[in-house]
Amino acid sequence: MNPTFLFILITVIKVVVIVHIFMFILSYLTWAERKLLGHIQARLGPKNVGPFGLLQPIADGIKLLFKEDIIPAQANKILFVIAPVLSFIPALIVFAVIPFGDKVTLFGQEIDLIISDINVGLLYIFAITALGVYGIAIAGWASNSKYSLLGGLRSMAQMISYEVSYTLSIVGILMLAGSLSLVDIVKMQDSFWHMFIFKQPLAFLIYLICGIAETNRAPFDLPEAETELVAGFHTEYSSMKFGMFSIAEYANVVNVSAIATTLFLGGWQGPYLPPVVWFLLKMSAFLFLFIWLRATLPRFRYDQLMKFGWQVLLPLALLNILITAVIMII
Amino acid sequence: MGTIFFFVLAAVSVISAILIVAQKNAVASALYLIVTLCSQAMLYLLLGASFLAVIQIIVYAGAIMVLFLFVIMLLNLRRDEFGPDKKKIQRVLAFALGAVWLIQVVAVIKLGLSKMSLSPVTPEAALETGSVQTIGKSLFTEYLYPFEITSILLLVAILGSIVLAKKKI
Repeated sequence: MNPTFLFILITVIKVVVIVHIFMFILSYLTWAERKLLGHIQARLGPKNVGPFGLLQPIADGIKLLFKEDIIPAQANKILFVIAPVLSFIPALIVFAVIPFGDKVTLFGQEIDLIISDINVGLLYIFAITALGVYGIAIAGWASNSKYSLLGGLRSMAQMISYEVSYTLSIVGILMLAGSLSLVDIVKMQDSFWHMFIFKQPLAFLIYLICGIAETNRAPFDLPEAETELVAGFHTEYSSMKFGMFSIAEYANVVNVSAIATTLFLGGWQGPYLPPVVWFLLKMSAFLFLFIWLRATLPRFRYDQLMKFGWQVLLPLALLNILITAVIMII
Repeated sequence: MGTIFFFVLAAVSVISAILIVAQKNAVASALYLIVTLCSQAMLYLLLGASFLAVIQIIVYAGAIMVLFLFVIMLLNLRRDEFGPDKKKIQRVLAFALGAVWLIQVVAVIKLGLSKMSLSPVTPEAALETGSVQTIGKSLFTEYLYPFEITSILLLVAILGSIVLAKKKI
């Protein structure tokens, strides 16, 4: 068979399989979140649809699809429809550069368990994450509603502020790894004590905090603070458009967890168990942390959020780069 | 394959560039500018300059345009406040200056193509020069002083904007 054709075929198959698994994880993340939140708050969570409420995500999906799809009369119709797509697509394509396993041999073919190992992988992630803000901004503006606009503006300000520290926190790892390819970064962390979490503990904390702020999750969920803004940028959205926003939010949570796993916890590397299982286990630990934080922490105030981002996280991220540089020279 | 991609991207970038100035709505103009910048990033990618492409998206599409959009949304311009100017002399001048500029561009391209010979670049060589490693090396060896001076310039600009924006520091 023609090698170019074979390459395209394998890539397409990988994309289809990964997107489906990704969507499956997302739908069950909503179930896990509701179940865990329930138990943390001494409730039971979903339990009626299927055993342990396991069919709840499917019921939710069907419910969303059958809801009436409303477009406000004064809204900018085209942008209103495009906005959920614009926040959904970036969340989905970030996963393309994250390695989730070693090479495997199937039908005599060596297959890398990553969709595309590009040499600017990490920068690609930052680029796509930066584009994610447009969906929210356009949704806020196109809805022609005060709450939506305020939510959209808040979200933009928050994402710009935290993106700086988010990017700078990774620089320390780049200096140690000397590569922007996530495959190389995973390969460098080949044993327990070589994981970057031990060499870059400060960067790990900054990354995690900024990651939570980037995904607009509690305690940084100001864009959708219901006591002030109804539902923020998606106040006017209903039916599957609303569904796409929440899927995008969960997709971003999974992405931040997967990137944290890859950069700080050695990705798919681990003893005894197969690599893919290790990757999923480490990622689930982060997902659990996200839900746990949401259940336990109250929301920040807006000025606290901005102050924290610019006056605490940014100097700390710069300090981390300085310390890393000094240690590397010594 | 590459040629098809090039023409599609070129068409997208030119059409959206025209729509930037043709739109009456400021937010729509800003969005078309983002489309133009992104399609240009794709063009860089086709030329093998992956670093430049990604930086274009991070800096221009991801940071500067977000600020543009932020300001436009804050001002909340209405349709009638923002439209083509009614003054006739401006239109005439715009067309005249545009024509002069077009002639200049065509002349520069024609002259430049006749005077220098472009040696054909292999895709491998293009990938080599476009990579992060090569750009990093040349920035920190050959072009170290210009690079550092630029960074000082940017720092001064940041400080200046803080001083201008804040009355009490």
